[in-house]
Amino acid sequence: MTTVEDTRMATDIHTPTPATGPTTTRPETRNWTPYLLSLPALALFATLLVVPLVMTALLSLNSFGFYTGIENVWRLDNYLEIVRDDYFHEVFLRTFRIAFLVTLLSAVIGAPEAYILRRMRAPWRGICLLIVLGPLLISVVSRTLGWALLFGSTGLINQGLMGVGLIATPIEFMYTETGVVIALTHVLVPFMVLSVWASLQRLDPQVENAALSLGAKPFTVLRRVVLPQVVPGILSGSIIVFALAASAFATPAIIGGRRLKVAATLAYDEFLNTLNWPLGAAVAVLLLAANIVIIVGCNRLVERRYKQVFE
Amino acid sequence: MPYLVLDSLTKRFGSWLAVDGLSLTVEKGELVSLLGPSGCGKTTTLQMIAGFLDPTSGRVTLDGADLLAKKPNERGLGIVFQSYALFPHMTAAENVAFGLEMRGVPRAERERRVAETLQLVGLGAFGDRHPKRLSGGQQQRVALARALVIRPSLLLLDEPLSNLDAKMREEMQVELRRIQRSVGTTMILVTHDQSEAMALSDRVVIMNKGRVEQIAAPQAAYDQPASAFVANFLGRTNLLQGVVSGDGRERRVAVGGAVWPVGEEVPEGPGVVTVRPEKVSFVAGSGVPGRVQARVFQGTQWLFEVATDAGPLTVIRQHDGQPLPAEQDSVLLGWRPEDMRVMAGQPAASP
Ligand SMILES: Nc1ncnc2c1ncn2[C@@H]1O[C@H](COP(=O)(O)OP(=O)(O)O)[C@@H](O)[C@H]1O
Ligand SMILES: [Mg+2]
Repeated sequence: MTTVEDTRMATDIHTPTPATGPTTTRPETRNWTPYLLSLPALALFATLLVVPLVMTALLSLNSFGFYTGIENVWRLDNYLEIVRDDYFHEVFLRTFRIAFLVTLLSAVIGAPEAYILRRMRAPWRGICLLIVLGPLLISVVSRTLGWALLFGSTGLINQGLMGVGLIATPIEFMYTETGVVIALTHVLVPFMVLSVWASLQRLDPQVENAALSLGAKPFTVLRRVVLPQVVPGILSGSIIVFALAASAFATPAIIGGRRLKVAATLAYDEFLNTLNWPLGAAVAVLLLAANIVIIVGCNRLVERRYKQVFE
Repeated sequence: MPYLVLDSLTKRFGSWLAVDGLSLTVEKGELVSLLGPSGCGKTTTLQMIAGFLDPTSGRVTLDGADLLAKKPNERGLGIVFQSYALFPHMTAAENVAFGLEMRGVPRAERERRVAETLQLVGLGAFGDRHPKRLSGGQQQRVALARALVIRPSLLLLDEPLSNLDAKMREEMQVELRRIQRSVGTTMILVTHDQSEAMALSDRVVIMNKGRVEQIAAPQAAYDQPASAFVANFLGRTNLLQGVVSGDGRERRVAVGGAVWPVGEEVPEGPGVVTVRPEKVSFVAGSGVPGRVQARVFQGTQWLFEVATDAGPLTVIRQHDGQPLPAEQDSVLLGWRPEDMRVMAGQPAASP
């Protein structure tokens, strides 16, 4: 079993190096090379990510007046406004409702998709995987515009459904949450498929045969043996999809339009239409904070639950 | 009444014949090994019995019933996989209990039988550990317990000991034999290790390139190999060029200047004589003349390389104080007629 040896080797590597040994009286000889080597990457990271983030956070503390512009004061007024105003509550709630539904749908569609893909034979598997991952190669904007064409009241979906006679009047997809959820799910399902695919790769194919030989029906094998082993993959995929869905901009902007705002489009409007940069910054900071809290919380849960089994 | 019958079982992968017309009958309670070099079709045979591969042709019956008509999950066989294939998200006890759960065994009885079986494989105290927290040998025992606990009509083991180190492997061989005796399960063991097959089996099936070379008790296969391949695969042997002559019942084979009577039915003409190194001795009077090329002391025995007209010959002699020839000595070699096997053909045709 390579895994057993792997852990053993890993512990060997991490066991006492001279620096952490009992002889602490020695003058400290710190090895600076790793830090120096990672310096360029750290500098890039700082200038491109940390600096703008800090500036956004600072900006969110300023205040804004229609005649005075941005005033250089440090107050929590913007945050208080968001907390007090029902309109903002609605936007944030909608954002996370959409993100949650998209995550759920991605899991429900993506996990079986990955499993079926893995069971396929050689030429088809590659072709189908390409089709599934294909959307990632197309720009979000053109893909979403495609959905807008399909969704319209004279779009293909409504015409098809009416032609078949399932519906009498067109269903509203454009400028509705349903439309945004469908389009976002299409965009984000490949991430779920990839994540579940990775955990399926680690599955010993004989394990399913073992369960069969013990008398399990095929569906029981899926539920009791395969699913529990890919749960970590589904959960990490969910984290990715949730984060991307909650902060998605292009799809809600095109499908949701002006009327159906989510946090990202709200922040954008505050910046570019209302020109209330501090309020937009506050929205962005809150979105980031909420995202981090939810994701870190979920990750903790996953780790605690599966630590014992999978390392 | 044979218990398991394989009737000219054949499996093709495209144009490749992985298993070619394998026929075998196994009695109830017997332990039969499929033995052969890697790639000879052992796993394929086992997977066809288990139902994970469909045979191209042939039949399999177990206790009179057609096994191929049943789905893998209806066959009720116990299988120990080479990779163990344990359920990593379940503890050892949950792994063992899985088959009983599928059979709807009530909880109380389930727990009793799981504990009993874990005890049997010497893992009584490890029931609540996950596979990742068990050593290779322990995982192997869990896999065995998981297959045994459902009281399978037939237990299939695919190289169950090949992932263990030498010492653990020997321990598990003894353990496996003990369990087989105490439970009485019919077992088919796949292995490429001839000493493992010898140590464990009632009978061995020696396979080569998808075909059966010989089916016999281990000692019989060793002493009377049916082919040069078997003779060579089961320990060391000498392959010598001889000439078969004579007619009717009086047949003889001439090897390097000496002549032996032949017991078996062999056509006249060139033949291969096989004889084990430890069965050859230095004789006075008449025998195969040769010259000692090298001699090596190996502790309990001496190893000689002797050049003869029939080809090089290896001789093993016990280190028991008797006088032995030195290097470059001219010697005469002999063996009892019953220690030798004669087959038609050329030695070069053998592996
Ligand atoms: N799914 C498969 N497709 C094509 N060839 C296969 C397949 N499975 C096994 N083989 C071939 O069949 C032969 C027998 O394989 P196997 O039964 O696994 O050998 P063994 O277990 O004796 O080492 C090998 O040459 C192998 O390459
Ligand atoms: Mg094999």
